[in-house]
Amino acid sequence: MKNRRKILSALALLATLAFTPLARAEDEPPDQLVKNVTLEVVDLIAKDKEIRSGNRAKLIGLIDAKVLPHFNFSAMTALALGQSWNKATPEQKKRLTEEFRTLLVRTYASALAAYSDQKFDFRPLRAKPTDTDVTVQVRVLQAGAQPVPIDYSMEKTAGGWKVYDVMVGGVSLVANYRTEFNNVVRESGIDGLVKNLAAKNRSLDAPAPAK
Amino acid sequence: MRQGIALAALAAALGGCASTADRDPRDPLEPLNRSIYRFNDKVDTVIAQPVARTYRKVVPGEVRDRVRNFFGNIGDFFIGVNNFLQGKFEEGVGDWARVAFNTTVGLFGIHDVASDMGYEKHNEDFGQTFGRWGARPGPYLVLPFLGSSDLRDGIGTGLDIYTDPLGEVRPYHLEYGLWGLRLTQTRADLLDASRILEEAALDKYVFQRDAYLQRRRSLVYDGHPPREKEPEDEEPKKNP
Repeated sequence: MKNRRKILSALALLATLAFTPLARAEDEPPDQLVKNVTLEVVDLIAKDKEIRSGNRAKLIGLIDAKVLPHFNFSAMTALALGQSWNKATPEQKKRLTEEFRTLLVRTYASALAAYSDQKFDFRPLRAKPTDTDVTVQVRVLQAGAQPVPIDYSMEKTAGGWKVYDVMVGGVSLVANYRTEFNNVVRESGIDGLVKNLAAKNRSLDAPAPAK
Repeated sequence: MRQGIALAALAAALGGCASTADRDPRDPLEPLNRSIYRFNDKVDTVIAQPVARTYRKVVPGEVRDRVRNFFGNIGDFFIGVNNFLQGKFEEGVGDWARVAFNTTVGLFGIHDVASDMGYEKHNEDFGQTFGRWGARPGPYLVLPFLGSSDLRDGIGTGLDIYTDPLGEVRPYHLEYGLWGLRLTQTRADLLDASRILEEAALDKYVFQRDAYLQRRRSLVYDGHPPREKEPEDEEPKKNP
């Protein structure tokens, strides 16, 4: 019994050693990726006095560098638009994706700015190694309240695992934009939606009104 | 008195007549809902938000945690009742164990010792229990003062308020003081979320409605709702 366990752990060690040199960022398992990026970003913010005292441009820069590479924005935009996506021209698709990305980054920055030392519970991934579409679950723990679940829907691509939807407390970000987007498209077409998003982004870049 | 408000709201909402087409099937009362939404938004901007912001500025975070825990503990008893009603006995026992430990060791609930012992806090209410029993949400409603709801959850909220232990507190001025404090604490906890909503949404009303409906659906199924058929069935390829 004892011997068998020894052999097994030796084998496991060997396997780890054998495969480690091959592991690149692209091969990082999705749950590990989410954990590393989350902890890295939170740590960078904690260390950065300027960001903590409200330097939004710097926070957005940090998100651009650390978080954005792991998102598939054209997939998110396509899912949020539903059928209208297929009717859009390549140029419209490009502009929609750009504007939607900008909006999501602004929103994400606000969410991060509100972060205050909550603890994370990274759930073990329940997926087969062959799966190419998984949900990575994280829970944000806070005193005296139910933990807030954050689920990342991720898809395996040539460039590593990419997020294509985020669910916060059971609310899918992509699904939540679908009605809004479709309402605007129905009223003023895809160009109308591009304009609408661009105007929204400009209003967010303007200095926030004192409240 | 609060039951009165909730019921009056319900009656008002149901009385409003739905008419023209091209409306979201989940929200047949949209015009009426929108006007109540605007009213709530005013009340929120003029009264609730300033109070909550001052509260957050003046009262230290440590104290606010105690206040949140105190009211959380009061809520746990009926969260347990709802878990029992939904047939989730293990969760229900856990909720009542939370009440037992937090009320005693946790000094009337101001310390959430039960969470540290592994009894996790749950989110349950009568609306979710009706949902678990198979009730559909029905039309989306915006209740005056109370905000997003639907027919099922509106009735549930009526029961939540009716059974709320705070309703038993006497004298009355203490009861109302506690309601006020709880509302302030809740609004203060939501300040960040509501600012994010403001930034993220093209149309706040629609964004909040859809988030509410998604959230409640998820809660009814405790975070694991069955897959829902999208109104536009086929989704485009993810990698265009």
